[in-house]
Amino acid sequence: MLTIKNLHANINGKEILRGINLQVNEGEVHAIMGPNGSGKSTLSAVLTGNPLFTVTEGEVIFNGKNLLEMAPEDRSREGIFLSFQYPVEIPGVSMTNFMRTAINEHRKYKGMDPISASDFLKLMREKKEFVELDSKLANRSVNEGFSGGEKKRNEIFQMAMLDPKLSILDETDSGLDIDALRIVASGVNKLKTDHNACIVITHYQRLLDYIKPDIVHVLYKGQIVKTAGPELALELEDRGYDWIKQEIDAQ
Amino acid sequence: MSIEQSYIELYKERHAELKKPCADVLNAGRDDAFNRFESLGFPTTRNEDYLYTDLGKPFSVDYGLNLNRLYIPVAFRCDVPSINGYLYYVVNDSFYTTQQQPVLPEGVIICGLNEAAQKYPELVAKYYNRQAAKAKTATMAFNEAFVQDGFFMYVPKGVVLPKPVQLVDIMRADVDFMANSRNLVIIEEGAKAQLLECAHTQDPVQFLCNRVTEVFVGENASFEYYSLENTHNKTTNISSLLVKQEASSNVLINAVTLHNGLTRNNVQVDLDGENAEVLLCGMAIGDKNQQVDNFTLINHNTPHCRSRELFKYVLDDSAVGAFVGKIYVAPGAQKTEALMTNKNLCATSTAKMRAKPQLEIYADDVKCSHGATVGQLDEAALFYMRSRGISVKEAKLLLKFAFAADVIENIRIDALKDRIHLLVEKRFRGELSKCAGCVICQ
Repeated sequence: MLTIKNLHANINGKEILRGINLQVNEGEVHAIMGPNGSGKSTLSAVLTGNPLFTVTEGEVIFNGKNLLEMAPEDRSREGIFLSFQYPVEIPGVSMTNFMRTAINEHRKYKGMDPISASDFLKLMREKKEFVELDSKLANRSVNEGFSGGEKKRNEIFQMAMLDPKLSILDETDSGLDIDALRIVASGVNKLKTDHNACIVITHYQRLLDYIKPDIVHVLYKGQIVKTAGPELALELEDRGYDWIKQEIDAQ
Repeated sequence: MSIEQSYIELYKERHAELKKPCADVLNAGRDDAFNRFESLGFPTTRNEDYLYTDLGKPFSVDYGLNLNRLYIPVAFRCDVPSINGYLYYVVNDSFYTTQQQPVLPEGVIICGLNEAAQKYPELVAKYYNRQAAKAKTATMAFNEAFVQDGFFMYVPKGVVLPKPVQLVDIMRADVDFMANSRNLVIIEEGAKAQLLECAHTQDPVQFLCNRVTEVFVGENASFEYYSLENTHNKTTNISSLLVKQEASSNVLINAVTLHNGLTRNNVQVDLDGENAEVLLCGMAIGDKNQQVDNFTLINHNTPHCRSRELFKYVLDDSAVGAFVGKIYVAPGAQKTEALMTNKNLCATSTAKMRAKPQLEIYADDVKCSHGATVGQLDEAALFYMRSRGISVKEAKLLLKFAFAADVIENIRIDALKDRIHLLVEKRFRGELSKCAGCVICQ
C-alpha cells in the first residue's frame, strides 16, 4: 500500500528526516516510536503534504501513485488520513458544514454526486456513536472550545466519516485520560479491516495496549533504526531509548 | 477650473430651474447650503476625516443631472425579492410611483420626499435637515444644495409596522450620471418599523450617488435599518446616515457592502435620551480595486445609553478598506456602555486595510472598549481542511464566510438573513448575479 524509500525532508533548511525506508501493507498496524525530536511528527506532516516541510530526496508510492506530487487535498481523497497531534480550531465553520464539504469533495473526486441531506445526517449520527461524541457537536464550530479529549475523539470521528485506506495517528494518546484513551482506541479498532492500514505514532506503550501493532519501528535522528514485533514496544517501555541511542551513536 | 468651480457655476446659472419643481421646505436652506459647500470644497485626503478616501476625484467626471425631473422608466428586479414587505423604488433621486401602492396601517405615510414636503410641510419642516445641519460636511452641504427628491417615511406614535419596508434604489441612465438623493424617516414615540434599503446600478456608465438619510427615533420606539449595496465597479456611492434617538429607543443598523466601486459611508448616531440603545453593524466585501470607507461616530450625549459596534471587512485582490470609528461620551453621560469591534481579513498581500478606532470620553463612570484587528487567512486552518480533502478554493471560502457570519447573525428578519447568507456566499464564489450580466465587472 505505502512504500517509502530513502525519504529526506527539512524545515527551514534544517534536515529532520534523513533517509526513511518503510513498507506498509494492507491489514497492517505499524507503530512508530522514538525519543523527542526524532522526526515522528515530521514524517506524518510530510506524508500529508504540509507545506512547511520540504522533501529533498526519496520517494513515496501510495497504491501505485507518487504521493509527493499530490496536493494535500488529493492525498486525502486518495485515502490518506492524519489524526492531528494538535487539531486546529476553526471558529465560525460548523462541524456539519466542514464534514459535508469534505465528504462531497471526496465524492466529486470519485465522480459521485453530492451526498443527500438525509444520508449525510444518518452517516453523522452513525459515526458519532463510534467515539461517543456529543450530538450537539454538529452545531459547534470545528474544534472550537472542545476539550483535549473531545478534539482527539473528533479526529477519530472524522476518520470514521472519511473511511481512509491509510490512517496516521500522530500522538493521538497525548492529553487523553484513560477513559478517553479507551474510547479513541476502540473507535480505531472498529474501523480496522483487512483492506486498510494504520500508522500509530506514539511515545508510550500505553496506547499500544489498546491498539495492537503488528510491527514496531524506532525512529531516531531521522532514520528508522530498529524494526521488530510488538515485544519491542514493551522493551522500550521497560528500558527507555538510551540503549538504542548508544547502539546507534556507537556505529 | 477647479472641480468645485464647475458645480458653483452650474448652481449659479440654474438654481431657479433646480428650485422650481421643489417644495418650499426643500428650497429654504438651499442657498445657505450652497454657500457652505462653496467655502468647504470637496474633501480630499488632506482633510483628516477623509485621510483614506479622496472624494474630489469622483466629482470631476462630467455627470448628467436630472434637474427638470424627467420621468425615467425602469424594469428591474431586486436581489432580495423574498422579504414580502412594503415595496418602494427610488430611481436615481426620484421617488418612483408604481401602479399598485401597498396598503399601509392608518396614519403611516410613505411617499416621495418632495411630495411629502408639499402635502405635509409642517411635519417635514419639523425634521428636515435638523440632523444634517449639525454635521457640516461638504458632501452633505452639496446634497442639500442640489437635492430635489427622495424617500419619506413617517410612522406615527404607537404604530407597529407589521411588515418590513423595502426601498430599492436604482441608478439608471444612458450617460454618466449623478444623483443627490435624500431620505427622511420619522419613527414616533413607541412606534416600530424595519427598513431595508437596497442600492443598485443598472447601466454600464459612471454613477455618483450622494445620498443623505436622516432618521428620527422617538421615545420607546424601535427601528431596524438594513442597507445593502450591490452596485458596479464604476459607481461612487457616498452615503450619509444621521440618526437621532430619544430615551429608551432601540435602533439596529446593519450596512452590508456586497459589491461596489468606491463607497464612503458616514454614520452618525446621537443618543439624546437616557437608556437609548444602538447596535451598529457593517460588513464589506471587496475585491479587484474596490474601495470601502466606513466612517462612524456614536455620540453618547446622555447617561445610561448603550452602543455596540461591529464592522468586518474581507478584502481580496487589490481592494482597499478603511474603518474609522469614534465613540464620543459627553460630560455627564455616566453609566455609558460602549463597545466597538472592527475585524478585517486581507486575503491577499495586495489588499489594504486601515483601521482607526477612537474613544473620546468626558465622563468618569463608563464602560467603553474598542479594538481592531487586521489578519490573513489562517494557514493552519487551511492545511487542516485540505488534509480532509477540501480544496484550497473551498477552504478559503469556508474561512471567509465564517469570518463574516456574525455580522449576518445580527439581522433580525429571517428571510433577509437567509438571503444575505446566500448573496454573501455567492459573492465569495464569484457567482453574484451582479457580475453575471454586468459588462463592467467582468
